[in-house]
Amino acid sequence: MSERCAVIGVGQTKYAAKRGDLSIAGLVREAAERALADAELRWRDIDAVVIGKAPDMFEGVMMPELYLADALGAVGKPMMRVHTAGSVGGSTAIAASHLVQAGVHERVLTVAFEKQSEGDAMWALSPKYPFQPPLVAGAGGFFAPLIRAYMRRSGAPNDVGVRVAVKDRLNALRNQYAHLQLADISPETVLSSPMLWDPIRYLETCPSSDGACAMVLSNEANAGRTSRPPAWVLGSAVRSEPAVFAGRDQINPRAGADCARDVYRQAGVTDPVREIDVAEIYVPFSWFEPMWLENLGFCEPNFGWRMTLDETTSLSGRLPVNPSGGVLSSNPIGASGMIRFAEAALQVRGMAGEHQVDGARVALGHAYGGASQFFAMWVVGARKP
Amino acid sequence: MRDVAIASFAQATFERSSKDEVELLVDVITRARAESRLSKSDIGFTCSASCDYLGGRPFSFVSALDAVGAWPPISESHVEMDGAWALYEAWVRLQHGDVDAALVYAFGRSSQGNLNQVLSTQLDPYFLAPLWPEGDSLAGLQARAMIDAGVCSEDEIGSIATPRYGDGAAAMVLVAGPLLERASNAAVIRGIDHRIEAHSIGARDLTRSSSTQLAAEKAGACRRDVDVAVACAPYAYQEILLRRALSLTDRTRFTFLGGNSVYPYIVAGLSSVGEAFAKIASGKALSAVAHATSGPCLQQNLVCLLEVQP
Repeated sequence: MSERCAVIGVGQTKYAAKRGDLSIAGLVREAAERALADAELRWRDIDAVVIGKAPDMFEGVMMPELYLADALGAVGKPMMRVHTAGSVGGSTAIAASHLVQAGVHERVLTVAFEKQSEGDAMWALSPKYPFQPPLVAGAGGFFAPLIRAYMRRSGAPNDVGVRVAVKDRLNALRNQYAHLQLADISPETVLSSPMLWDPIRYLETCPSSDGACAMVLSNEANAGRTSRPPAWVLGSAVRSEPAVFAGRDQINPRAGADCARDVYRQAGVTDPVREIDVAEIYVPFSWFEPMWLENLGFCEPNFGWRMTLDETTSLSGRLPVNPSGGVLSSNPIGASGMIRFAEAALQVRGMAGEHQVDGARVALGHAYGGASQFFAMWVVGARKP
Repeated sequence: MRDVAIASFAQATFERSSKDEVELLVDVITRARAESRLSKSDIGFTCSASCDYLGGRPFSFVSALDAVGAWPPISESHVEMDGAWALYEAWVRLQHGDVDAALVYAFGRSSQGNLNQVLSTQLDPYFLAPLWPEGDSLAGLQARAMIDAGVCSEDEIGSIATPRYGDGAAAMVLVAGPLLERASNAAVIRGIDHRIEAHSIGARDLTRSSSTQLAAEKAGACRRDVDVAVACAPYAYQEILLRRALSLTDRTRFTFLGGNSVYPYIVAGLSSVGEAFAKIASGKALSAVAHATSGPCLQQNLVCLLEVQP
């Protein structure tokens, strides 16, 4: 790898159930302009644009990057569109970072978005395939049995998911961009919310959001030119495995564990729970926090729920998880992975505002998608590698 | 930048295939892997291309993984674009030096719907798509603009032949570093670049393909004395624009995908690079330029310059 890569600009929209004030183009532009302002750059300084989003059927626009070329200042430049299911926000950022690391470009704008209010994701996630049993239950219906299996396997008490749901929503109250601002969140309100897909209650699931997230990535020469501190990419990796085969462990998928091992190796992390200061992990349903803690090697299998219960993952804990409020508080699907990557960068830049983790130097951004089969991760740090 | 080369290519194109996407892919991936003489474990990166709007289903790339055999888990990415852009992402990935071989594949079955109509969902969703201008209608406007500007006569364009969108799949193996040294019959990618233009056809000059020209310059292909060129022109009149934009010498022998031949949407761009490679691998050419396109009226274009392995 010839070049170092740094995040020098981050931009997010306010996430909301419906951003009726903005078109899709306006949404991505709001995030991109904020990222450029943070990076102290203008549109003409950008060499290329890499955009990602979840399935085109979510908004009903086929290959929307074609229509978004103008709004993202890409005319006359290279523009690429990545789509890797829920992990797309992460894999889009990684594809953009590769352009810098390979020395192809010096400054790349990467953007991810979803405007769920202009479509019906639940419908788009529940198609009828020939010769396959229909799954008319969306993502929650798919993941609920996996959570059940985790509870049985690990012996976790029933209230672990409730604890995560409360923690992440309390964190969201510190994040001006977060969609859900639930001032009255408590274990009681979560427990009394309707059961959607047993054991997932309404308040244990992510919202449907409109929103976009953008980052400006640059090589080392340009990273030194801005007044704000950069976040250095210390390691990045993607892994995929098939959705279905006999004997597949869907609770603790090998692709996720392999991906984490790869990214830690690149970043020189040997003891993740001690060396990583903060983690932004893709948790669309509350129980996925303990499940991913195990998959990411922060603890032994079946012990993740203990880290949630003993408050290791709270904002003041040893390993704060999702100080931004996470996917449970804002879920513009295609952008949700990039938000994790961007929030990790903000933490090590010391720019996370009210949800800043004191002294964060090394942070993990994590995204997953499909049937827990696509993974994208990066580790960013305050210190140049 | 280190040299990245195409080691093998396989494709299958049909007017209408009764096979599903995975079945189409198993065939081409198996052939491309075999011809590269690499084992599955040599492949360090995989990148695919597909479009959900061909099959009318989300996540069409997910089941395609079954054709790759992604176990143990693989390092993999996907573009919702023509396969030539998957090739581009893999070319970038191979610059890192930690992996020396990549598998690129693309697939699409246009026969499952009426692509000419479906393409109108590719347009600005607020101001253009609601009018449902089909691919043919926009192409007609471009051809008319060319005639009005005197770029060509009505006779030269002839009747606007509607593209024969078909089904297809293609797979390619790329090598670099020590695996390139071991390869025989490879074609080195000397340059590759892609550019996009404004979306609205009213905002651009339809009588030239400026993004093709810019991509060709950046790829080092412009005014190049290459033996062959393979370009994507779903509509025959676009051949005139592409010949001009690529500005190769008179000696270059052009082949166009499109016109009267079946045009496998999403696969065509990777096919064009693959066919250029095949000319070099078979000894019929020492150098070649390949072109891919996406979007209405040639909005986005990619140009790739290939040379025989030294």
